[in-house]
Amino acid sequence: MTARSPLAHKRRNSELALGLLAATITVAGFVLVGLSETDELPADLGGLVVAILGLFAVAHLAVRRFAPRADATLLPLAVLLNGIGFFTITRLDRDRRPGVAALAPVQAVWTLVAVIAFVAVLVFIRRTGVLARYRYSFLLLGSLALLAPLAPGIGREINGARLWVRIGSLNFQPGEAAKVLLVIFFAAYLVDKRELLALGSRRVGRMFLPDPKHLGPLLGAWGLSIIVMVMEKDLGSSLLFFALFAAMLYMATERAAYLLGALVLFVGGATLAYQFFAHVQDRVSNWLDPWADSQGQGFQLVQSLFAFGTGGFAGTGLGLGSPQEIPAASTDFIFAAIGEELGLLGTVAVMIAFLLLIGTGFRIAIQAQRPFPKLFAAGLTTILGVQTFVIIGGVTRAIPLTGVTLPFISYGGSSLIANFVIIALLLRISDEAAADAESPKPARRTVPTGTSPGTTR
Amino acid sequence: MNRAIRRVGLAVTVLMLGLVAQLSYLQIVDARNLKDDPRNVRTQIRDFNRDRGLILTSDGEVVARSVEVDDPQFKFQREYPFGSLFGHISGYQSFIFGNTGVEAVYNDVMIGRDTQLQLGNLGDLLLSGKQATGNVVLTLSAAAQTAARDALGDRRGSVVALDPATGEILAMYSNPSYDPQPLASLEAGVAQTAFDALNADPANPALPRAWREIYPPGSTYKAVTTAVGLETGITTPETTYPTLSELTLPLTTSTIQNFNGSTCGGTLEQSFVKSCNTTFAQIGLDLAELFPPGDEQFGIGSAPPLDENPKPVASTGPRSGTFATDAPAFARAGIGQAPVAVTPLQMALVAAAIANDGVMMEPHVLGRVTDNDEQVIRNAEPEPWRTATTPAVAATVTDLMLQVVEGGTGTSARIDGVAVAGKTGTAQNEDAEGNPRPPHAWFIAFAPAEAPRVAIAVLVENGGTGGSVAAPIARQVIQVLLGLPVG
Repeated sequence: MTARSPLAHKRRNSELALGLLAATITVAGFVLVGLSETDELPADLGGLVVAILGLFAVAHLAVRRFAPRADATLLPLAVLLNGIGFFTITRLDRDRRPGVAALAPVQAVWTLVAVIAFVAVLVFIRRTGVLARYRYSFLLLGSLALLAPLAPGIGREINGARLWVRIGSLNFQPGEAAKVLLVIFFAAYLVDKRELLALGSRRVGRMFLPDPKHLGPLLGAWGLSIIVMVMEKDLGSSLLFFALFAAMLYMATERAAYLLGALVLFVGGATLAYQFFAHVQDRVSNWLDPWADSQGQGFQLVQSLFAFGTGGFAGTGLGLGSPQEIPAASTDFIFAAIGEELGLLGTVAVMIAFLLLIGTGFRIAIQAQRPFPKLFAAGLTTILGVQTFVIIGGVTRAIPLTGVTLPFISYGGSSLIANFVIIALLLRISDEAAADAESPKPARRTVPTGTSPGTTR
Repeated sequence: MNRAIRRVGLAVTVLMLGLVAQLSYLQIVDARNLKDDPRNVRTQIRDFNRDRGLILTSDGEVVARSVEVDDPQFKFQREYPFGSLFGHISGYQSFIFGNTGVEAVYNDVMIGRDTQLQLGNLGDLLLSGKQATGNVVLTLSAAAQTAARDALGDRRGSVVALDPATGEILAMYSNPSYDPQPLASLEAGVAQTAFDALNADPANPALPRAWREIYPPGSTYKAVTTAVGLETGITTPETTYPTLSELTLPLTTSTIQNFNGSTCGGTLEQSFVKSCNTTFAQIGLDLAELFPPGDEQFGIGSAPPLDENPKPVASTGPRSGTFATDAPAFARAGIGQAPVAVTPLQMALVAAAIANDGVMMEPHVLGRVTDNDEQVIRNAEPEPWRTATTPAVAATVTDLMLQVVEGGTGTSARIDGVAVAGKTGTAQNEDAEGNPRPPHAWFIAFAPAEAPRVAIAVLVENGGTGGSVAAPIARQVIQVLLGLPVG
């Protein structure tokens, strides 16, 4: 691991250069926000430069030390997106309503915590195989985390969705942790059972249908999603978990029948939800015609559309628009704030960064030789992809709005920590795969169970 | 697994590209609609938080300016030092009701969004990031506007004076007017109260009568009837008309009578100077279907392209194709009664067209745009709007109008040493129940006749006869505009 390979050398130097570029963009954005109001450079510019370079240096050195062969672009992309989020939150703070606390300083602290979590993952999880061993512990933890907001006493409802837990003076969204924990379980479980699940017991035309008894897990995941949607009124997380599980089941088995089954379950669940829950109907009618009630139900989405339209191609310029008019501009709707001030140029740049991030994640999955890390990486990347699509699609009215955070960019500690942990895990998997490839002797097999030896593909 | 992972990756990529398409739609295709949507408060918020150029009169007085204020929401407050004098012209800047008047029409200039302004100040924009604001210099002067207001006094009506060669509006005042100041208040309550009071006022001071209200023009319209008659060859200055006290209208038993029931007639020239209704009603009948297209040449039926907000309303005349069924309407049109109904601006344009060899110029209130250093960014260019009639006809009508002031119904508009061409009008009208009300007093004129610099229309609602009420008002305003002592 400590042996200096040319690959490690090259990748780490690329990461350093790209990270510095991302930091430069962040600092430039911060300066522009300041200059939009006064002619002076922001007073806390020095502090910001030190903080951002310091945090990046810590993360970068941790990768150099503990995952030297890992992919070079993931950390810089995370720094870039996080930086764009940070200067957008700083800008929104400037025009916040009187009496409302500034969010940027809190976000800075959360970024520090997220980097600590990132380093901790790299330090303590040296082999991803270890994680697979404790799959059922992660299932328990993940389910508890997902359902914790329902627990009386600690659960809290904010903005109509019960997805918060309050401990002491801190609010958490345990769903953010749950998604990582559940991906571990899904990956381990599916790698175990994939041959069984892939085995068609009946044949209809060219399609093999799996034995009904193996549909259990799919139905279990569906049930969990329904509980989250009904009890916590959290459409976003519900959709996210179900899409995640369906995608992972498909990737593990390569059986399109599961996708079909998932689609049927999704349509069924969605129809039932629409029939029985007013908040689901509201979301759909707002999506179809937000203008019908532009001062009431549709207000937030209409403000978001105004922001995108006002921004146009080049944007109003940082600090020169009025994104504070959009409710929840620093959390779920932060992409609309970016659209207003940075225009299509800015939003497409962010989309490209996400595409690179997601593309890199899937590439890491494909390059991983062992099945568990392969499926694990694919699952983690699927979360990032689906979550990004769900929230950007929601605020641009491409799909009905379901409130989830925009990874790395939205204000919020739980989300930031979870996303940096995802990046650390992907780096770990990437490093493992590169080390295996470099290693002259075949890698030691640490297949989680003895039941499926044929996993070399 | 790799094949399926690639497919999932591809699917996510396709979804994301779909979002890029949606973003392109919102930020390019639909951007303009979203940006200009009246429900989008960004425009007003931005405009109230940045400096805004001045509105100035042609004689350098400030009509509107922005001053910095200590307000939690907005940085600037608009001020209107003249109060109601320029109320209809400047309009107001309001974050509740939107902008009106010049504040609306030239908003882009004053906030610096004007392309020419931006090009000129590209250096400033790049160096300091500050957008230069532009000033709107009006064609109206404070002196002429004040003269128009003072001459009207507390009578309801309107004065519109313009330069016939360029279409520049020199004065345009309607009484009653309103003070835009409270409407531009940064306090929503103050603005709303003022707005409600303004709209509840039965005198309707919010209405710019000069270009938004139509009245029967009475005998002033005989200038149009005469011009159309001459140009079509239906009449000549020497054509003789019977001397009558009334003319019975075809298809009916109703009549058109001369003023005070007197007998009147003779040549076209004599009829014009004495303003014989019987003669011009006859010409209206003789013109028949030639009348509507002639009116249209004078701008009847079209809203003049004035750079104001709200825009002018169109004046009306007899409708094409109705002579066979409604000939009396053409007789009444000949003497400027219903179906003819015009704005004071329209009548000023009629006078201006006759003054300008038959060419009617586009009326405008913008003189020039200047930058912060009072450098001229651009001048308003004169543009012809209509060819109302031929130079020869215009010259003939001018002769007739000179005689009106020299020895006809318009003698009270006479100015020593200046040839004033004019036409009086005393227009019958009724209230909503059809009861007759005192006539509207009208006067249209231009001067000096040999090289006209001013064309004017004066209307006093229910004011009496044009010669005694409206002509003296026109004289006073013309004197101020020509730089003569008012007497």
